[in-house]
Amino acid sequence: MKLIKFFIIGILFGIILTKSEVVSWFRIQEMFRFQAFHMYGVIGTAVALGIVIVAVMKRTKFKTMYGNEVVFNPKNMSIYRYLFGGIIFGLGWALTGACPGPIFILIGNGYLAFIVVAISAVLGTLAYGALRSKLPH
Amino acid sequence: MLELLSQPWPWYIAGAGIALVMFLLLWFGGEFGVSGALGTMCSMCGAGKKVPFFNVNWHNQLWNVVFVLGGLAGGFIAGQWLNSGADIQISQATVQDLQALGITNFSGLAPAEIFGTDQILTLRGFIFLVIGGFLVGFGTRYAGGCTSGHAISGLSNLQLPSLIAVIGFFIGGLLMTHVLLPFLIGL
Repeated sequence: MKLIKFFIIGILFGIILTKSEVVSWFRIQEMFRFQAFHMYGVIGTAVALGIVIVAVMKRTKFKTMYGNEVVFNPKNMSIYRYLFGGIIFGLGWALTGACPGPIFILIGNGYLAFIVVAISAVLGTLAYGALRSKLPH
Repeated sequence: MLELLSQPWPWYIAGAGIALVMFLLLWFGGEFGVSGALGTMCSMCGAGKKVPFFNVNWHNQLWNVVFVLGGLAGGFIAGQWLNSGADIQISQATVQDLQALGITNFSGLAPAEIFGTDQILTLRGFIFLVIGGFLVGFGTRYAGGCTSGHAISGLSNLQLPSLIAVIGFFIGGLLMTHVLLPFLIGL
């Protein structure tokens, strides 16, 4: 029962990202070519509203439905991991046209080749875990 | 109603919807960060026995995998019952750029010439699907988040590391789109 609500928000997420075409390789290409406002509008609106939501939650000490205060852990400061990791992800994002959420949403949409992308993404995550101590962070 | 929902949704509805998803996840005791689910999948498969990074109590993170599976179901629902069947109205400039690179099929969410199942065993399919997926998985865990964790959640919490990550996303994405992709599509 605890998990079912996450499944339901996932469904909402999948429908929103499909219907707004955020999962489309064409839209990601358009974004990286700066040829339309669409993707910037989506991300910009989400961040603008997100800033308000997080600020209000912090100010009101907003509690989860289980009564614990929502905690926002600050991320550890560094440059390497965010820049290098970000660049590597960006290369993959422009190739596949999909970040992690859309990979699975596209499988649901019937783009079965993305099963290969999903398996490769899990293997990439695994490879990072194995090589972690050798990488600059 | 169904007909209205089957039309493409405007950017402000999508942006507000994503913020709502983030809010609900926080309220339910989770957080908005999809790439974390990839790490949880590694832990569930027993990767923690060999790689200490995945040796975590994944039961606490199972919600994230369930969320992602919900996303898959949402994609199915949208594709089956909320699908107008019309081509995506991307900018004419993008159409021309992609045509110059050899893309001819603009129907659906992704070009069938690259992402059709018949492409899986080709060299180009290997690069776009296998290498592409690997870069997404490796890069997101290295950076500690993806579009949801850094660009939405992190920037909403005014985190400088997330801004650095998003700048990285764009350096990588622009490099791929403008330098490498013309060559790779031609393979």
